[in-house]
Amino acid sequence: MSQSATDPRQFRAPPKKPLRLSWADERVRAIFWQVLIVGIVIAVVWWLVRNTQHNLEVRRIATGFGFLQREAGLPIGESLIQYTPASTYLRALTVGVLNTLKVAVVGIILATILGTLIGIARLSKNWLLAKVAAAYVEVIRDIPLLLQLLFWYTMLQGLPGPRQALNPVTGVFLSNRGLRLPFLDWEVGHSWGLLAFVAGCCATYVYGKAMRRRQMQDGQPRPVWPAALGFLIGLPLVAWWIGGAPSGVEWPALRGFNFQGGMSVSPEYFALLVGLTTYTAGFIAEIVRAGILAVAKGQWEAAQALGLKPGVVLRQIVLPQALRVIIPPMTSQFLNLTKNSSLAVAIGYQDIVSIANTTLNQTGQAIEGIAIIMLVYLTISLSISLFMNWYNSRIALIER
Amino acid sequence: MSDISLGSSVAGVPEAAPRQPPAMTTGPAAWLRANLFSSWLNTALTLVLAYFIVRWAIGFIDWAFINAIWSVPNNQTQACRALKASDHPGACWAVITEKHRFILFGTYPYEQHWRPALVCVLFTALYIVSAMRRFWRWELAVVWAVTLVAIGVLMWGGVLGLEYVPQERWGGLPITLILSTFGLAFAFPLAIMVALGRRSSMPAIRVLCIAYVELIRGVPLISLLFMASVMFPLFLPEGINIDKLLRAQVAVILFAGAYLAEVVRGGLQALPKGQYEAADALGLSYWHKTGFIILPQALRLVIPPLVNTFIGFFKDTSLVLIIGIFDLLTAGKTSIVEPAWQGFGVEVYLAISVIYFAYCFAMSRYSQNLEAELNRHRVR
Repeated sequence: MSQSATDPRQFRAPPKKPLRLSWADERVRAIFWQVLIVGIVIAVVWWLVRNTQHNLEVRRIATGFGFLQREAGLPIGESLIQYTPASTYLRALTVGVLNTLKVAVVGIILATILGTLIGIARLSKNWLLAKVAAAYVEVIRDIPLLLQLLFWYTMLQGLPGPRQALNPVTGVFLSNRGLRLPFLDWEVGHSWGLLAFVAGCCATYVYGKAMRRRQMQDGQPRPVWPAALGFLIGLPLVAWWIGGAPSGVEWPALRGFNFQGGMSVSPEYFALLVGLTTYTAGFIAEIVRAGILAVAKGQWEAAQALGLKPGVVLRQIVLPQALRVIIPPMTSQFLNLTKNSSLAVAIGYQDIVSIANTTLNQTGQAIEGIAIIMLVYLTISLSISLFMNWYNSRIALIER
Repeated sequence: MSDISLGSSVAGVPEAAPRQPPAMTTGPAAWLRANLFSSWLNTALTLVLAYFIVRWAIGFIDWAFINAIWSVPNNQTQACRALKASDHPGACWAVITEKHRFILFGTYPYEQHWRPALVCVLFTALYIVSAMRRFWRWELAVVWAVTLVAIGVLMWGGVLGLEYVPQERWGGLPITLILSTFGLAFAFPLAIMVALGRRSSMPAIRVLCIAYVELIRGVPLISLLFMASVMFPLFLPEGINIDKLLRAQVAVILFAGAYLAEVVRGGLQALPKGQYEAADALGLSYWHKTGFIILPQALRLVIPPLVNTFIGFFKDTSLVLIIGIFDLLTAGKTSIVEPAWQGFGVEVYLAISVIYFAYCFAMSRYSQNLEAELNRHRVR
């Protein structure tokens, strides 16, 4: 491996032997085995395809994706886009994909926050806090996720009806119909504010880079946070104010048998989100803990000896090193969470698996239905892997 | 130093009485101070946490033990329902008292329940024996074979005077144990072959192995189980029917194989290159090298992550609920379908969690101990 060795013999390629047609030649054997194994695999696949074709003919099942354009006729409870039972199967499946993404993205964010907090709590000097965090991790990780989801869903169903809804904070109602939250009466001003926030994020990034460059030139550290505060909070506030400063809030209110107004979270989504978040947080906590423990104690001590403040030590010395250990296993946890969201089918949340399953039951197109499920998950998994690999290579240690 | 101060007391200075160790640096008081009350913030945190823990514990004990109902006559659950709606709700463990045989053994003939019970004991004993390092010898494989045959005889019956019980009537905990044990027993050799194939120098074999591992790891287990339940029948020639449990078992094996292969590959990669080169230099054949030099060391390196993967699969077998196979969780879910017992899901799920927790917790503790033991030579 060591290319840097100065021994010239290392660079000399071994003499090429002519390929002999003999069993004693390693390369001949390699070719033989490969041809044999690939041949067996192809034969098995061909046999399966032949059987499948024959069976489909016998059962009179049409193949192909033509059914996607037909009317689905299946009701879907919650959807991010316009959907009626008269829409096509393609639209129904799109709703399913969006529902999967909705629970996966929110779940990943919440699980990362909760998991990090628990992981740090487990390292706390406070004995009680550390033990509570350890007990949480141990219990959550040793019970199947499906069981936890069913448990949460049953708990939610056991809640009182809307008339006796739990009301922990003003405007928040928890009943067996799900969670109701007050929500902004969305107007143009809010859109302006949101747009300004995105612009503020970009501006902060650019400003931070510029300051870093100037620090590289003269060695003077410049605080970024005052400007960042202005960009991230001031700018959206100004935009919101220019947009007419709308301040209407829609409060949920009991009308008839259910609540009206505000933001509604269905019990299925709520149970799935709580289950996925608390379960994955248990695993993320262990990853974060291992990552922080992996940074050698000498790194803390050396940074303190240089006179750096504790916050700077954590941010500039410890965290970058810990992240290198944390990111790869964290990626697989994100993938696990996304794949585990397919358990939604057990509690009736209509994600892609649930809708594709209904579709294949209605149309009998089993192969296409399962192919769609697999394709969707493969795409999501690959996207997350690619993004995390890119992030990982960015923070990876650049060695000589 | 000490003998000087002991021997000659300087005039005028009174001899010091032997002092007690300071109370605030050792002993329980000091421990409390260091670990719970080291600063104002810590004290506040401890008190708040302790308050919540105590409140929750009192509430739980009230619910689970003090107010609980342990049995009701003839499925008369009115008392339970009244208790649930009252101001001091309590658990209705009567559902467990009534249904525990069904949850554990499903629809297996009632008077034959000793057979699945014995199977569960045999499985557990098998796990315990396999976990002990002093039994890690080739005889263990014989023990496994004999036990698995005995389990088959017990479950099916039809010989030795045992009544025949068709597979459709099996259910509960034995199904969970069968799925996970057979799944791992078959997935493990598959995983080793795939891991070796992925590191092989033959490109075609490497590509095949990579495709298998990445495809399986990219999709959820549910989609494989769906495939097993609706697509496998299409794959096979007409007239050949494989029963549902076996199809699910195949899906679990394929799934577990891909994940275990990655763990094993980790071990193969972690092994120093010198081991491979030394084996080559001795002139060993590929299979001798792999069997005698590489695998024993590589597998030893990955025992802890292997046990963690085992725990994951033990939990994942519960997913067969979705395709309607009667494992422990499905039996639990079915037991509360009956109108008289509807609404007591929390009690049933808690009881099932305890069973899963017992198995998984034992495995995870074992893996931690084993890791410490195997790494003992590294700790100075």
